[in-house]
Amino acid sequence: MSEKDMNSKVNEMLARSEANVKNSGKKFVRPEDEEREVVAPDGSIIKVNPIYDYFSGARPEEEKPRNGIVEKFLNWARAESIWVLGFGTGCGSIEIPPLVTPRFDMFRFGVQMRPTPRQSNAFIISGYLSVKTLKRVIRTYEQMPSPKYVLALGSCTINGGMYYDSYSTINRLDHYIPVDVYIAGCMPRPEALLAGFAKLKELIKAGKAEKANEYARNFDWYKANQKKIVKDWNMPDYNW
Amino acid sequence: MTIAKLGYTLLGLFIVWNWGFLMGATFRKIGARLAGRYGIPFYQPWINFFKNIGVRTTITHGVMYYLGPVFRLTGGIGLFFFMPMVFTGDPNGHWTNFSFEGDLILILYFQLFGMLGMALGAGEGGHPYSAMGIARGLAQHAAVELPLTLAFLSIAIQYDTFSVYKIVEAQQGGFQNWVLFTNPFASAAIILAMLGAMGHSPFNLVKAPNEILIGPATEYEGTYLGFMQSAGSILHVMEAVLFMNLVFGGATSWAELIVKTFLIYFWSVFVGMVFPRFKIEQSITWFFKVPLVLGVLAIIVFSF
Repeated sequence: MSEKDMNSKVNEMLARSEANVKNSGKKFVRPEDEEREVVAPDGSIIKVNPIYDYFSGARPEEEKPRNGIVEKFLNWARAESIWVLGFGTGCGSIEIPPLVTPRFDMFRFGVQMRPTPRQSNAFIISGYLSVKTLKRVIRTYEQMPSPKYVLALGSCTINGGMYYDSYSTINRLDHYIPVDVYIAGCMPRPEALLAGFAKLKELIKAGKAEKANEYARNFDWYKANQKKIVKDWNMPDYNW
Repeated sequence: MTIAKLGYTLLGLFIVWNWGFLMGATFRKIGARLAGRYGIPFYQPWINFFKNIGVRTTITHGVMYYLGPVFRLTGGIGLFFFMPMVFTGDPNGHWTNFSFEGDLILILYFQLFGMLGMALGAGEGGHPYSAMGIARGLAQHAAVELPLTLAFLSIAIQYDTFSVYKIVEAQQGGFQNWVLFTNPFASAAIILAMLGAMGHSPFNLVKAPNEILIGPATEYEGTYLGFMQSAGSILHVMEAVLFMNLVFGGATSWAELIVKTFLIYFWSVFVGMVFPRFKIEQSITWFFKVPLVLGVLAIIVFSF
């Protein structure tokens, strides 16, 4: 099958699935997440709406930095204690593990991995983002407490890289979540990642890493972009 | 109770908090050196603490979610308040805190208190890993507490008192008077059960990195996490101080306390560096097989 045929086939499939959605009038909500009434053990009837019961649907607000020396001190602490949530979206995820080995050892710079978005303040998007993963990335990003920073690793996050014409990946990451530091390369070596951390530290210490506030400020623009890509939007607009 | 005594107690708490952070960092550094890495700077825990306090947005899952870290901190501080830290010969001395007759039982309770609070708080967080961590933690703690309680009782029978201060007093006058030598069975039970109480590998089932990530704390962030870090550092030092008071003759100065707690903590870290993690069934079986038998022996020896 030629490339052209394949593209047209994919487009056809997409069109069909969109038509299905329109005709049935159904949103992409899993049965267990649908709004419904549940009978409690004592016989009373309770209304549940899992999507909104489990997540806060509240809109993000700008959080003003504290004044003067307090904010400077906190920024220094934030810069010297970067807790990273690695999101292994692409080939870049193989460049992160060497950072904890004796050869690169990121711990000496105050950088450490954290397994949960709740406790991380830096988010590494390690390479191309497929349409399917973008949804997870958005959810994860929104679950992180502010101030939060995003490091985009590799060319794919800047302009799509070698997947620039792929039907299943996005090209520019900063249309969907704000990015603090780009680390260019295909793939950047762990040294480049360490240099990226150093740059991020500079930005934080200078008080310029306020992208979480930018996200809140341009929330509608980001949401519109995200919804253009994520068709099966089955979560609140803001889920933290 | 005088104001001065309260002041000294709070100062002691501050020292313990800082010593806990420093000790934690030191052992992470030792682990790093063992792996051939340079490791974190020794002041990293303080930076982490201030960063966590300075987080701008926080979430909530309900009232118990708030209270979990508070309970844990209360457990640590409670343990501190009723523990004689430095033995000076004066029962009402500055560093004996609010130790009183029968505090051994209260201390046993405070050991569990923080854990129960965390169980309720993290349970409300609703993360599956939290629930797994809690289930494991409570199951293992039950297995740890049985030999520990038997050994405590054995020491209480030996010295005919439930007061930690009096137990320390009875051990003064040279290392040959330490419980370690006068009651070897109870000491062995405590030294082995201590590994479980400290929660390092092979008994780090609650946090279990790479498996259930960080267990109960999965949903906690920001200030909550800062509180929990503080509670963790205080609890670690206080558990070491408890075992120091009961088995290793207490301390007559802060310097002695720091050296002894360091070595006691090092014992659990040393074992942790050498042995990989147990499964929960292996862990509980081990506690029932070895320390429990020693604990029962300790009771039998001192009951007749």
